[in-house]
Amino acid sequence: MKNTSPLKWFASREGLYYLALALLLVVILPLALDPFRLNMVGKYLTYAFVAIGLVMCWGKAGILSLGQGVFFGLGGYCMAMFLKLEASTPEATAIQSTPGIPDFMDWNQLTELPWFWEPFHSFSFTLLAIVGVPVLLAFIIGFAMFTRRVGGVYFAIITQAIAAILTILIIGQQGYTGGVNGITDLQTLMGWDIRTDEAKTILYFVCVGLLFVCLFVARFVQNRKLGRILVAMNAQENRVRFSGYDVAAFKIFVFCLAAAFAGIGGALFTLIVGFMSPSFIGIVASIEMVIFCALGGRLSILGAVYGALLVNAAKSGFSESFPELWPFAMGALFIGVVLAFPNGLAGLYQTYVMPLEDRLFKRKPKAAVSAPAKPAPAARQDEGRDYDPMLDQYSPEKS
Amino acid sequence: MFDGYTTSELMSIFAMQGFAGLSLFSVFVLMALGLAIIFGQMGVINMAHGEFMILGAYTTYLVSGFFQSVLPGLFGGYFFVAIIIAFLICAALGAFIEWAMIRHLYRRPLDTLLATWGLSLIMQQTYRSIFGAREVGVELPEWMMGAIQVTDLVELPINGLFVMIIALSIALGVYLLMYRSGWGKKVRAVVQNRPMAEAVGINSAGVDRMTFALGCGIAGIAGAAFTMIGSTGPSSGQAYIVDTFLVVVFGGAQSLIGTIVSAFGISQAQSTMEFFLSGSMAKVLTLLVVVGILMLRPEGLMALKVRR
Repeated sequence: MKNTSPLKWFASREGLYYLALALLLVVILPLALDPFRLNMVGKYLTYAFVAIGLVMCWGKAGILSLGQGVFFGLGGYCMAMFLKLEASTPEATAIQSTPGIPDFMDWNQLTELPWFWEPFHSFSFTLLAIVGVPVLLAFIIGFAMFTRRVGGVYFAIITQAIAAILTILIIGQQGYTGGVNGITDLQTLMGWDIRTDEAKTILYFVCVGLLFVCLFVARFVQNRKLGRILVAMNAQENRVRFSGYDVAAFKIFVFCLAAAFAGIGGALFTLIVGFMSPSFIGIVASIEMVIFCALGGRLSILGAVYGALLVNAAKSGFSESFPELWPFAMGALFIGVVLAFPNGLAGLYQTYVMPLEDRLFKRKPKAAVSAPAKPAPAARQDEGRDYDPMLDQYSPEKS
Repeated sequence: MFDGYTTSELMSIFAMQGFAGLSLFSVFVLMALGLAIIFGQMGVINMAHGEFMILGAYTTYLVSGFFQSVLPGLFGGYFFVAIIIAFLICAALGAFIEWAMIRHLYRRPLDTLLATWGLSLIMQQTYRSIFGAREVGVELPEWMMGAIQVTDLVELPINGLFVMIIALSIALGVYLLMYRSGWGKKVRAVVQNRPMAEAVGINSAGVDRMTFALGCGIAGIAGAAFTMIGSTGPSSGQAYIVDTFLVVVFGGAQSLIGTIVSAFGISQAQSTMEFFLSGSMAKVLTLLVVVGILMLRPEGLMALKVRR
C-alpha cells in the first residue's frame, strides 16, 4: 500500500501471513527435509506459479482456463530446448550420424536442426521466450475469444481442446519435440551442472524467490483499481462494460498474466526435475492445476501456494503407498471442494482460525474502525480494516 | 498432399475413408446426443459423460456374459436386452447424480465441470478396481459378423452398419421426443425461458432431473453400441470426451441437427485426412480447424436464436 512503509506492512496481518509462508519455505522446509525431498517440494512449488495465475484468472476474473498446462508446458519446453542444445555439443554427440543435434532428432533421421530450435542457442532469447511464447499464445487465444464475448464453459472447453491439440502435436512430431518421452537427459545450465544436490538446493531457493516475486506482482494487481475491476467483471460483466471499461482488454490482460506465471513455473519445473514431457501439459495435468487453486481457495493467492503444495504432497504420498486410492481421493477432493467449501482452505481459515487468532492476540478487529480517529482522506490506509484472506485484500472501510 | 493421385483414385479414397469415418461418426453422434441434451438444456458440462458411456459398455459386457453362461440359446438377441439395461442403469445413476450433486450447482456452471470431473475420476477408478485395467471385449453374435460387399473396392462391416443404424434411430427418437412430445415441449420451454416456464406451471426441477437422466441413459446406449466396434477399458471414455465436447459446441449447443452435422463433418474430415497424413496430424488439423472456426463463430454452426 502506498502510504505504509514496508516495515509496517510486515507487521500487519497480511504481512505476517506472507512472512509465515516465507519462513516455511526458506527456513523450515530446507532444514527439515533432505535434498531429495526438498527437490520434490521445489517441483510442487513450480505448480504454485500456475495456481497463482489461476487465482487471478479464474478466482478473480471468472475465466476458467482448462489449458494452463499448455503455458506451463511451453515455458518448460523453451527451457528444455535450451538445455538440450547445450547438452548436445558436437563433442558430446560424436557417435551420432549427425553430431551436434539432440539425440532424439538423430534417432528420427533428422540431419539438421529445425529452424525453430536455432534461436534457443541463446540464453537471453530463451529467457525471453519462456515468458513471451506463452503470453503470445494467450494473447492470440484471448483476443480471438474475449473480443467476441466468448466466456464461461465455452472458453473452458476450447482451452481444453488446445491442451489436447498441443499434446497430440508434441507426441506426433517425435523428431522435432522428443515425442512422448519428452526432452530428457538435460545436464548443464551455462556450464553449471544442475544435477548435483547442491545445484538442486540452489534451484529450490531460486524457485522460492521467483514465487515471491510472482506473489507480489499478483498482489500488486489485485490491490489496484485493476484488481477491483476484475472482480467486478466476474460479478456483473455488463455493468462494468456499460461503465465504459473495455472488458475484453482486462480479460486478455489477466489471461496473459496467468500464462506468464505458468510459463515461468514450467521453466523452473524443467530445471528442477531435469526433463520435460507431454504428460505434464495434457488435459489431465491441466485440470489438476485447477484443483490446486480451488483447494487453496480460488480467491486467495497465498492459498494457491498452499493448495499446490498440499495436493502434490498428498499425490506423492498416496502414489507411494496406495496408488489405487489416489484417484478416489482426487475425485472426492474435486467434488468436496466445489460442493462443500467453494472458498477452499482460505475460506475455512477465515471462518475457523481467524476468530481464534483474534482471541489469542486480543485483537479487537472492529474497534479501530469504530473509533473515528482518522477522517476520510485516510481511506486508502489499511490499519483498522479487516484483512480478508478469502478475498485476499482489506475489506472496504465501514462507515 | 493430393500429389500423385489421379482423380478416380482420389474419389475411391474418399469413399473408402468416408465409410471408415462412419463408425467414428456413430460414436460421436451417440455420445454427443446425450451431452447436447444435457448441455443445451441446463448449461451443465458433464465431464463424466464418457464414464457413463463406459458404464453402458461394461453393462453390455456383463449381460453378454450372462447370456453366454445361462441362456446360450438366446445369445443372438442379447444385445437388445443389453441396450435396455444399459439405458436404465445409466439413467438411474444419472438421476441420482443430478439429485446429489448437479442440482446444487446450477448457478455455477464452471463448478459443475470440476465436480463432474471428480466424479469421472472416481468412476474410472471404480471400473479399474472391478474389471481390471485391461480392456474387455464382448463376443459378437453371429449375425453381426461379416461384411456386405457393395462394390469390389468397398465393403461395409455389418457391426459398423448396425451401430450406425442405432445412432441414427436414437437421433430420430430424441428428435421425436424433443419436438413432437409434450415432455419435449416442456424441456424446450425451460431452455428458452426458465422463469416463464415455471410461471405457467412447468416443474423445472423435475424437467432438469429427467433431462439429465435421459442424457446419461443415451450415454449408456452409446456404450452398449461402442462394444460392438471396439473393446472397453476403464479410461476409454476419456479418450472421446474432448472431441465430443467440440462436436457439441461446434454444432451449436442447443441444436440437434447441428450436433449431427458437426459430428459428421468432424469424423469425416478426420478420417479422410488420416489417409494422407499421420493419424496424429489429422487429428491436430481437425481440432485446429474446429477451434479456429469456433473462435470466429462462437455460437456454433446452427445456433438457437433466443433473445437473452
